[in-house]
Amino acid sequence: MASRKLSRFNVASLTLGLAFLYLPIVILVIYSFNASRLVTVWGGWSLRWYHELFNDKAMIEAAWMSVRVAATSATVATLLGTLAAVALSRGEGFRGRTLFSGMLYAPLVMPEVITGLSLLLLFVGLNAERGFWTVVVAHTTLTMCFVAVVVQARLGSLDKSLEEAAMDLGCDPVRAFLMVTLPLIIPSIAAGWMLAFTLSLDDLVIASFTTGPGSATLPIRIYSEVRLGVKPEINAICTLVIALIGVVIVVASLASKLSSAKAESAAPL
Amino acid sequence: MAEEAPRIEAASEPAKPEPQPQADMPLLRIEGVAKKFGGFRAVDGVSLDIAAGEFFALLGPSGCGKTTLLRMLAGFETPDEGRILLNGRDIAQVLPHERPVNMMFQNYALFPHLSVRDNIAFGLKRAGMARRDIEPRVAEMVALVKLDGLEQRKPDQLSGGQRQRVALARSLARRPQVLLLDEPLAALDKKLRESTQLELMELQRRLGMTFIIVTHDQEEAMTVAGRIGVMDAGRLEQVATPRELYEAPLSRWIAEFIGEVNLFDGQVESRELNRLVVATREGGTIVAAAPRHPVTRNTVSVAVRPEKVKLSRRGPVSDGTNTHAINRLEGVVTDVSYLGGSTVYKVRLDSGALVRSSMANTARIDIDAYSLSQRVVAWFTPDDCMVLQQ
Amino acid sequence: MSARQIFARPARYAAIAPYVWMVLFFLVPFGFVLKISLSETAIAQPPYTPVFDVAAGAAALREAFAALSIDNFRLLVSDNLYVLSYLRSLVVALVSTSILLLIGYPIAYGMARLPKRWQPVAMMLVIVPFWTSFLIRIYAWINILQHDGLLNQILLKLHLVSQPVVWLSTDSAMYLGIVYSYLPFMILPLYATLAKMEPALEEAAADLGAAPNEVFWLVTFPLSLPGVGAGVLLCFIPIVGEFVIPDLLAGSDSLMIGQTLWLEFFMNKDWPVASATAIVLLVLLIAPLLAYDRLQRRQLETR
Repeated sequence: MASRKLSRFNVASLTLGLAFLYLPIVILVIYSFNASRLVTVWGGWSLRWYHELFNDKAMIEAAWMSVRVAATSATVATLLGTLAAVALSRGEGFRGRTLFSGMLYAPLVMPEVITGLSLLLLFVGLNAERGFWTVVVAHTTLTMCFVAVVVQARLGSLDKSLEEAAMDLGCDPVRAFLMVTLPLIIPSIAAGWMLAFTLSLDDLVIASFTTGPGSATLPIRIYSEVRLGVKPEINAICTLVIALIGVVIVVASLASKLSSAKAESAAPL
Repeated sequence: MAEEAPRIEAASEPAKPEPQPQADMPLLRIEGVAKKFGGFRAVDGVSLDIAAGEFFALLGPSGCGKTTLLRMLAGFETPDEGRILLNGRDIAQVLPHERPVNMMFQNYALFPHLSVRDNIAFGLKRAGMARRDIEPRVAEMVALVKLDGLEQRKPDQLSGGQRQRVALARSLARRPQVLLLDEPLAALDKKLRESTQLELMELQRRLGMTFIIVTHDQEEAMTVAGRIGVMDAGRLEQVATPRELYEAPLSRWIAEFIGEVNLFDGQVESRELNRLVVATREGGTIVAAAPRHPVTRNTVSVAVRPEKVKLSRRGPVSDGTNTHAINRLEGVVTDVSYLGGSTVYKVRLDSGALVRSSMANTARIDIDAYSLSQRVVAWFTPDDCMVLQQ
Repeated sequence: MSARQIFARPARYAAIAPYVWMVLFFLVPFGFVLKISLSETAIAQPPYTPVFDVAAGAAALREAFAALSIDNFRLLVSDNLYVLSYLRSLVVALVSTSILLLIGYPIAYGMARLPKRWQPVAMMLVIVPFWTSFLIRIYAWINILQHDGLLNQILLKLHLVSQPVVWLSTDSAMYLGIVYSYLPFMILPLYATLAKMEPALEEAAADLGAAPNEVFWLVTFPLSLPGVGAGVLLCFIPIVGEFVIPDLLAGSDSLMIGQTLWLEFFMNKDWPVASATAIVLLVLLIAPLLAYDRLQRRQLETR
């Protein structure tokens, strides 16, 4: 029963690190309920800014646009990303594999200004009308690799003997995958979808490059407001976004706990 | 027949900073050591003496506390109670890297980023040994475990057996006073395990070092160790040589844990000078040799090892006295397992109980071998019996 | 045929759709960027010439190729503005990555030493801010760092300063924002590598006589190097091209290359120069990108 001991330094760095990460967000959320406009004065709890937020048509439209873009691009990205993950983890070597994995993982690290600019030039070159769909395409390209990473990690740790057992009992490889593997990786696929959703919801740079007139996303609106200074309505919308993402995360972790519990009960003790 | 761990007479002297090792003081003395994890007492008041040059085994089922005890000797856990005296000095609170004790880890724990040579030299460098002294010592260790030629390889380029040797060489390099071995042979297959056991014994004899091995495999403990400490649920149940453990276990649990045994529960009917007459439920009246330590209670178990139970068609007849009594049980053979060197028979007695008898196959062609459903007499003498309390 | 090979054949077909997508929307665009970077600015929409009009025939194409020039690249090299911008970006990325490593390593190490039950919780706690909007988190810092923001209020109340300090529009604020945003990217690969390490290795080192700091530097740290490499690259490369954080938090006297690119594009409407900037940035990042690719492949594919 070996337990690696936590030194005081470990505990200190952990608590300080987590405090550092969460404090600004907590402060932001608290201030969104500040009745006073001024940051220096605490005017008591109030939902005033949330009211003003709902009257801000431009902001609401941008929020709705963001949610639509995020949902659409996340779905396409999850589809393509899962396919890519399957190909990379089960496909062994194939011609162009190096190029494929290189292209797939590059957006993870590539500075967004580069990807944004390149996609815009493509759209202009193709004479495509810039708006909802161009942003969707751009976000799909960006988030596909995140989905692929998540799903590939799960596929790699899966017990391969399950697929072999399915084959032994009469399934061809495709059916074995669909009937045995796929149900087991659904939680990772769902997690990938959520990841793609939040990344798309959050993206500023690529959306700025690839969107068209009248199709501003939420980050674009927030950004233009923030450049003008801190406004309490921003606190409110930020808190709402945080709440939304919080719900998404809770749902995701509950779902993954459920499925891993199921998988564990099926595994031999 | 049964022996307890030697008791300490005048042990209440407080430990002095650096005492001279006394002539009759054991190398390692564990005194009343206990360790709790939360509410669970993993090690519960263990006291034990280990002499220099011994090959000692800690044996017990999983969770009995043997590994925790070993880790306390190595320094990876600190005892909540008690002392650990090495050469008279209490090392219970001393950090692992400051103890003259080394450990061979269960999964070897070889440093993957270092070569075989650097793994072995690691401890020597930490000890501040001069460069020119390290080389010959490493070479000596490599030759000792027969890994010549593999010094530059990394652990992932070695087989399981080779990695185990590196782990051994590394733990011996600093010539520790005590070498601790944590289930070192668990990952090996049977043949390799047996040959490695012999090599370990040979090595220990040659080096004259004190080895303490932790294992759950009783055959292994019996093979390599000179003395075995059997643990269960944190307590040390018996410390004895393999022979004493087998032929004179202190309790029913130990009798069952070591090897196979036939048990007959019953009540003591009468006692004589060196014989007990026990009325058992399933074996009838059994005449047993009186144990060295008199049993106080009347509820006992009579234990008989299978190789002491002989089978014959009619069986010898007792002469009527308790001194030369023969215990006879009649039944039918229900199972025959031919194991090569011996045959194990299971006999269903008329009383309903199942008795195990192991007979050596001394003759290659045995026309008298017993077969299924044959009626036989299973018999044994009073000296073959061990009388145990629960 | 082994079971692996039986699965491999159909699995390869799964690569087709994503492959086509990535070629279309990742690779081909770079071709466009390259082409634009070699062109001249024009007033008409789209703001560049020459146009590769395939319909105009082969002769027109040859003419178009002849019209390509590297004038934009010459501008980048000659004008100090751009050179300084690149340098600043590299310096900022290096400094930030170092700070991130110094802060992130102890946190990751602490996480790896937690009892197994608490590790997923700790991981979630580190990831959750990352899932929270990036922009929002930067904004949260602006909230705190502004002239009459919380930080100044606290400092004034504690009498540590007599006047509000200017935090925003400084390099310190920018570094704070970068470290804040990228910390999970440094912590997670480090943690993944540290958590996989057998605890017995550190025990063995101690058993052989290594004092705690020797155990760390001789065994733990060397074995964590792949994680260090991944974390460093995962932070360094995107930070070089960062735009949002310097734009919102740093002063405007010197710009990082991401900001320069943005300005060229949105303000000056000079697409060719912006493209050239992107190409040069890409070239600068080729070495770390390749290193990252190799590291990533080795990590994910040795299972």
